[in-house]
Amino acid sequence: MAEYEAVIGLEVHAELKTKSKIFCSCSTEFGAEPNTQVCPVCLGLPGTLPVLNKKVVEYAIKAALALNCKIAEYSKFDRKNYFYPDLPKNYQISQYDLPIATDGYLTINIDGKEKRIGITRLHMEEDAGKLVHSNDDISRADYSLVDFNRAGVPLIEIVSKPDIRTPEEARIYLEQLKAILQYTDVSDCKMQEGSLRCDANVSVRPKGSSEFGTKTELKNMNSFKALQKALEYEINRQIELLEKGLSVVQETRTWNEQKGITETLRSKEEAHDYRYFPEPDLVPLVISRDWVEEIRKSLPELPSERKQRLIRDYGLPEYDAEVITRSKALADFYDECVKIYDNPKEISNWVMGELLRLLNANNMEVEDSPIKPKDLVELLELQNKGIISGKIAKQVFDEMFETGKDAETIVNEKNLVQINDANEIEKIVDKVMEENPKSVEDYRNGKERALKFLVGQVMKETKGKANPQLVNEILKKKL
Amino acid sequence: MPLTREEVEHVAMLARLELSKEETVSYTNQLDSILEYVEKLNELDVENVEPTAHVLPINNVFREDEVKEGIPRDVALSNAPDKENGQFKVPKIV
Amino acid sequence: MEVARLKAHEIHEMLKKGEVSARELTEAFLDRIEKVDDKIRAYVTITKEKALEQADKVDAFIRSKETPEMLAGIPMALKDNLCTKDIKTTCSSKILYNYKPPYNATVVEKLWEKGAVLLGKLNMDEFAMGSSTENSGFFTTRNPWDLERVPGGSSGGSAAAVAAGEAVYTLGSDTGGSIRQPASFCGVVGLKPTYGRVSRYGLVAFASSLDQIGPITKDVKDCAFVLKAIAGYDPMDSTSVNAPVPDYEKMLDDNIKGLRVGVPKEYFGSGISEEVKDKVRKAVDVLENLGAICEETSLPHTEYALPAYYIVAPAEASSNLARYDGVQYGYRNMKADDLISMYKTTRSEGFGPEVKRRIMLGTYALSSGYYDAYYLKALKVRTLIKQDFDKAFEKFDVLVTPTTPTTAFKIGERTKDIISMYMSDLLTVPANMAGIPAISVPCGLSEGLPVGMQIMAKPFAEDVLLKVAYAYECHRGFEITAPELEVS
Repeated sequence: MAEYEAVIGLEVHAELKTKSKIFCSCSTEFGAEPNTQVCPVCLGLPGTLPVLNKKVVEYAIKAALALNCKIAEYSKFDRKNYFYPDLPKNYQISQYDLPIATDGYLTINIDGKEKRIGITRLHMEEDAGKLVHSNDDISRADYSLVDFNRAGVPLIEIVSKPDIRTPEEARIYLEQLKAILQYTDVSDCKMQEGSLRCDANVSVRPKGSSEFGTKTELKNMNSFKALQKALEYEINRQIELLEKGLSVVQETRTWNEQKGITETLRSKEEAHDYRYFPEPDLVPLVISRDWVEEIRKSLPELPSERKQRLIRDYGLPEYDAEVITRSKALADFYDECVKIYDNPKEISNWVMGELLRLLNANNMEVEDSPIKPKDLVELLELQNKGIISGKIAKQVFDEMFETGKDAETIVNEKNLVQINDANEIEKIVDKVMEENPKSVEDYRNGKERALKFLVGQVMKETKGKANPQLVNEILKKKL
Repeated sequence: MPLTREEVEHVAMLARLELSKEETVSYTNQLDSILEYVEKLNELDVENVEPTAHVLPINNVFREDEVKEGIPRDVALSNAPDKENGQFKVPKIV
Repeated sequence: MEVARLKAHEIHEMLKKGEVSARELTEAFLDRIEKVDDKIRAYVTITKEKALEQADKVDAFIRSKETPEMLAGIPMALKDNLCTKDIKTTCSSKILYNYKPPYNATVVEKLWEKGAVLLGKLNMDEFAMGSSTENSGFFTTRNPWDLERVPGGSSGGSAAAVAAGEAVYTLGSDTGGSIRQPASFCGVVGLKPTYGRVSRYGLVAFASSLDQIGPITKDVKDCAFVLKAIAGYDPMDSTSVNAPVPDYEKMLDDNIKGLRVGVPKEYFGSGISEEVKDKVRKAVDVLENLGAICEETSLPHTEYALPAYYIVAPAEASSNLARYDGVQYGYRNMKADDLISMYKTTRSEGFGPEVKRRIMLGTYALSSGYYDAYYLKALKVRTLIKQDFDKAFEKFDVLVTPTTPTTAFKIGERTKDIISMYMSDLLTVPANMAGIPAISVPCGLSEGLPVGMQIMAKPFAEDVLLKVAYAYECHRGFEITAPELEVS
């Protein structure tokens, strides 16, 4: 079997976190009742006209600078024409041949090596509304309902060069892009709310070839995992076709999460003819270099810089720094903890271990964590003062996450305070020795392991609350 | 180059118009005669001429990022041919 | 009360002196509409209650010893493509037969603030596409000078209503001549302002880069007043220009001595009726006698304006009219059981033949593979047309031409021949393509039908335009008034 390599390019849409929509003053807040954040302009009513939100341009420039793009001196909006019920005017105001930014790159870290992924362009456009299908499925729906709250929310579209070679690289690129957009504070990038969306163009070719194979476009990948899985599936599908001597059909495919496969959405013949032309209702943008420099000065510390800082200032291992800075919110969480609790490595263990484990298990973002930095620090202090054991601390952390209560409350309520009273422990040790004469015997005959068992029995008896060091000492003394 | 009926049918599809056979024929002829008239533009050499999409010499017209109240939902839906649960209702898409 | 011939500035004096009340006036106009509109058919909607309510408000204001604003209490009407809150705005199209906008156009808001009285909404060619009102989805309006003839279009209802004394003044919209051509056919004054002078917010778009709203009035003075009332920057329209609005009416005088008038020869070529040319040349003589320096000039790309227009306007229209799909408002074919057939049947049944033709043409011109050959080329030709004017205005203050190649034609005469219908816009389209202001002023009769003279000026020189038009009107030596209709 010949060896193949994939060629992947990503088109990422991110909603900008402006207060109002791109061309009207309606609120962009997520989650409102359907059609309650609309006006004649975003409904596209006859006679209405768009007026550009200045913040959208600023955010687009900011994101573009963070992605090392060139900012256009002259840029304009165009109409992209196609019919769909979530598009109020049946055209989308977007940018075609003169986008606000071009020619940037993003550096990803793969297997400890850095790789640069080129960015072809970044442009601004308006989002469409939202469709809800009866029977929850477009293909089985009798009808659909349209909510225009999202229509007109500002988007930036970031198109990568076809520099990505593996599904893993694609996922890391998207994670890194998300981090940058969050760091620059231009987007919330919540994939589950749809404020970050990703399409992929993918083709395969024999390794070493410089020509491109026929590509397919993949849509509907709603998580990082889905992106990676969809690409893995699609690459295999294409290779299998080529292996059988068949050819790949140029088409748009959709990722079916339940079935774990990609399916045809529309063929090239059905492909849109968008009939782009300059939007006559908006005037061109002329972006002064002064404006660009002003925005450049406002750029915050970016993920790579922050990572270096964590390594330098806190002596964190590169791996820890990488994981923590992947999300701005997580890095902020971490910094907040370190500020009030001076043990960077201990905190990084907790953040990377317990916190991320629970967030991922619950499909939650750092911002939504019920445990705030000071809550974690309080817990660590309880442990440090010997009030609770390390084992209990993890149990309390889970409890805190679940109930939102603080550590001290949980420890008191559940009576989890560590037993440091030697007399009390002695009583329990006596009881355990009495009940396990065989183990006592074994230990005295030189079997070290028996001690571990006996310690365990004491801990069990105290529901983990006994101070393990004291238990050890007392046991040894008695034995 | 005269317009073909297939082209006219394709354009009607793009524009979401349904044409009867007779209409397709008459539109083919009419569009053809208009395009023939427009051919006149080919007399001009415009290779080095910049296009004018906007006659106004203005740029950078912005509004500030301020939220204003939109229109109430019942007003937004007041002209709707079909609606359900505060949303516009459309027939099945596929 | 005889109101048909009253002008706004005359009524204003009467109201100030208390000789008449706004309610009396309004009732008189409503009465007049009732008497003559079954012949003219200018109105698609009559807003009697709204009119009386607005009139009463003005009367109350005057009774409280306040001096009314210039347009307060004066009955007027709007082309039916200007959005009026909770009042049907149909664009004379079946696809919007029942549409009530939830907001007012900016010009409408401005007029309401001034105390204007709305008599109703006026017929037009569907979505302003046409030159005769024969493309109205409802009915054809008649020319008050000859009921067998068209009033011109697309603002045919707006021009006919003024000529027939069914409103003191009206607003129309002009994309390729839709104010000036019907004004010329009906013997009234019609002004297309500079692109960007008047906000387009609330004007249902036909071709966004060409559309402008403007007044149709009985004389130049009224035109100046109405323009003053509706012009100015609007934060809701990115293409409206932030420049001060002069007091146009205060600048009106008949002193045009030394003013430089260009007469472009291309506007007097073949295809223009000899009688029309003759009347306009006589009008130029009047200007010359007033001391203007008149000289022949050339705008060499004039003949390319119309073909370029018939690419640019339909292309923009094809996109602007995509929103009429039966989803949110207007007509929907309720029998269609899937989306695509709903779109297609709704649009095919809702739009008339000319609108469909232009949507098809525009869609084709923008479609993949044809954009450069048609749309891009037309935009380049637009540059050449604009440059012609720029050059001419280095030398001249205004340019004077006929408004239309002929006088009003008979109903049905041109409906079969599309190109001949399009030719009605031949002399008006260039001003839209270049974005410059242009006015049509009656300059005589040819076989009993009015002839219009078009005056064009450089961007934002409406004051010069109005001054020349006013000087001419004062000195032309005759009145042009539509014959009185036989009223039942």
